[in-house]
Amino acid sequence: MSGEHHGTDAALAAQVRHVESLLEERALLDAAELDRALEAFLARASPANGARVVARAWLDDGFRGRLLTDANSALVELGLSMGGGLQEQRLKVVENTADAHNVIVCTLCSCYPIALLGPSPTWYKSEAYRSRVVREPRSVLAEFGFDLDPAVEITVWDASAETRYLVLPRRPAGGHALDEQDLTALVTRNGLIGVAPV
Amino acid sequence: MTDRFGPGTRVQTSRSDPPHHSRLPRYARGAVGTIVETQGRHLLPDDHARGLPCDPLPVYTVRFPARELFDEGEHSVTVDIWESNLMPVEGAEVDQG
Repeated sequence: MSGEHHGTDAALAAQVRHVESLLEERALLDAAELDRALEAFLARASPANGARVVARAWLDDGFRGRLLTDANSALVELGLSMGGGLQEQRLKVVENTADAHNVIVCTLCSCYPIALLGPSPTWYKSEAYRSRVVREPRSVLAEFGFDLDPAVEITVWDASAETRYLVLPRRPAGGHALDEQDLTALVTRNGLIGVAPV
Repeated sequence: MTDRFGPGTRVQTSRSDPPHHSRLPRYARGAVGTIVETQGRHLLPDDHARGLPCDPLPVYTVRFPARELFDEGEHSVTVDIWESNLMPVEGAEVDQG
């Protein structure tokens, strides 16, 4: 933990509000316009988006390949983007396999693919998760009730720059008759972060 | 302009502990890892946030064995690191893995 970012959510919110006030005073920002942009962004930002991406990747190998090499372009095929009206961020999708499992974190703050997962859960922003998952991921997964096979190697992706990460979980065994909508319903937010199997 | 480090290159992160904001997490300082890929070029927040002149620099995904970072653990950690915080490892062979 580097300690560059500190303070509570409330203190941070107060700082952001202060900066907003200064920008409004100088007529650099229109408060109503900002609210409209944020509301529009958050209305579209949901873990259902990430779940759709995963279900499509399970059903369509071509899409899966494009998603793993250039996720931003692949998202467009589903009418999704990492921009949502704001600056577009690079997305990297990391695939779980029989031998490899992935977990995402941001140890410096709480970077998160909001467009695909919605606002992040409180635990994701907690110092306990951020500092521990890089050191002892297997124990942290166990605390989420996820006992990963000891033979499976774990990679923890620390989003310390401009890329956001999304985990592509393994498709659950069975259920070959399920359609895209059924498969989408199986995918959980925690699975997309890597702290649940799916 | 080409990026200085290609995938598979072994690199060492900076050891410095600056008094200002740094995007190089403390646990990853002075550690040896392997370049996974380049993410594109971005302004280094360490300088940009202080109003210093800066050009966009390549940012790399770098993979470290947990043992290199924490002296224990069997997993890997990848960290996204600006080029100015990386230096080549002397006599490094390209990792074919």
